[in-house]
Amino acid sequence: MDKTINQKAWLLVLPVFLVVAFSAILPLMTVVNYSMQDTFGNNQFFWNGVGWFKELLDPSSDLGSRFFASLWRNLFFSAVILLIEVPLGIVVALSMPRQGWSVAACLVIMALPLLIPWNVVGTIWQIFGRPDIGLLGYTLNHIGINYNYVSNEFDAWATVIVMDVWHWTSLVALLCYAGLKSIPDAYYQAAQIDGASRWAVFTAIQLPKMKRVLLIAVLLRFMDSFMIYTEPFVVTGGGPGNSTTFISIELVKIALGQFDLGKAAALSLVYNLIIIIVCWVFYTVMTNAGVERRAAKGAA
Amino acid sequence: MHSIPGRRLILSLFLVFLLLPIYWLVNMSLKTNGEIVSTMNLWPHQPTLENYIRIFTDESWYTGYINSLKYVVINTVISIAVALPAAYAFSRYRFLGDKHLFFWLLSNRMAPAAVYALPFFNLYSAIGLFDTPWAVALAHCIFNVPLAVWILEGFVSGVPREIDETAFLDGYSFPRFFVKILMPLIASGIGVAAFFCFMFSWVELLLARTLTSVDAKPISAVMTRTVSAAGMDWGLLAAAGVLTIIPGALVIWFVRNYIARGFALGRV
Repeated sequence: MDKTINQKAWLLVLPVFLVVAFSAILPLMTVVNYSMQDTFGNNQFFWNGVGWFKELLDPSSDLGSRFFASLWRNLFFSAVILLIEVPLGIVVALSMPRQGWSVAACLVIMALPLLIPWNVVGTIWQIFGRPDIGLLGYTLNHIGINYNYVSNEFDAWATVIVMDVWHWTSLVALLCYAGLKSIPDAYYQAAQIDGASRWAVFTAIQLPKMKRVLLIAVLLRFMDSFMIYTEPFVVTGGGPGNSTTFISIELVKIALGQFDLGKAAALSLVYNLIIIIVCWVFYTVMTNAGVERRAAKGAA
Repeated sequence: MHSIPGRRLILSLFLVFLLLPIYWLVNMSLKTNGEIVSTMNLWPHQPTLENYIRIFTDESWYTGYINSLKYVVINTVISIAVALPAAYAFSRYRFLGDKHLFFWLLSNRMAPAAVYALPFFNLYSAIGLFDTPWAVALAHCIFNVPLAVWILEGFVSGVPREIDETAFLDGYSFPRFFVKILMPLIASGIGVAAFFCFMFSWVELLLARTLTSVDAKPISAVMTRTVSAAGMDWGLLAAAGVLTIIPGALVIWFVRNYIARGFALGRV
């Protein structure tokens, strides 16, 4: 490691620390405070200890059953979109042209969905999927598939998943493309001389080089899909029934809809804890990968 | 060797898949409501700009765009300004708690907005910033500052240390070195970081909607409310949607050569 130890560096980090602490620690303290209390309106609060947490983690209670149902739903959703978006993103990245004006054109088109406000993404798919006025819904119904995302659970899920694939596959593809671009031509020439097959080039050269960016992609996609709110909310409103109510939607329902501050706060803390744990696992894996890479460089 | 068989077909299908829903939105925005509801036309048969004219002449609509741009710009400026020195510190020095601090920052990037919606509402009401662009700009710092630090750290690490040392030997003070030498060297990195701050602040709805009520209402909130109140005015909704895509598309065009690297957070 060629970094020098210098405690004065804290002065440079201080502004970031203050800004983020103001936005993160203060509100989190409020949440902790609420999670221990019960309110009956009129700003009167009563001490409730760990009552809310007990209820939250007990699947037989109302709050607990809602929490676990939305948690499993959300994990299932994250798993499905990762299974689709990561392989698809890699394939798209491998299909990108190498040079010329078409590269810029592809990049711009692919980045487009990422820059659309999330509620507009919802609106786009709402309009696109409606059986009466949407191209997708209209076509599907005309070729004999009975499709209606408002009333059918399966259709609602399919719409939300296809929408997420539409919205975020580009991110995975762009990351992989950046990884691929960093591979020097010499590697490919060496592979050609060795007579390596297309598949061997992929597994021995391209995949290892993409490992780091793929980790970032999986981390970002998992986190963002785990806290997804706006897009499914606009399209399905969490329905039909509760079939597409993910954790964030449930949380906002409890916090801003019913104003059940104690329950919402307890749910928030558990939710945050899950995210921090997953984040920590990814971070450790990523930094270890970085250390290995540096060690390999040092040895060479 | 780089490419795979059938790549043109795969890529074309993917791009069509991306563009089709957007085309449909544009198509809708150019139709009258009568045409939308009555027939299924692949392109507008009686194209009209009426929906757009309504947005540009109705103050409650176009101020939504101005409000959104206000907090996005404030947020981008704050995020970059505080993130630059921190990125330098993380890239060059080891100090007490640096790894923990970095992880803590990262974990904030991942914190769900839904968790913070209500506490932010309390906090910004208490300090009198509720319903101002500042509230939203500061709230968005929670995920944009860590991101900016992360991206810029990658770019600063790409600058050889010898440059710092030479500058200090030449008698540059730290602030002068920072502004005159380092910042021009990582100009593309600053551009990329600004792009990402812009992007994530522009697309966020939940916090922006929770922290504003009347004066600073962002366009995304105007869209959800006006539309549900007036029944479903599909043409107007589509036109408003198209207009929210345009700023993003413009920004992408300027950074198109750095997009890929930026998405890898400067770490390729």
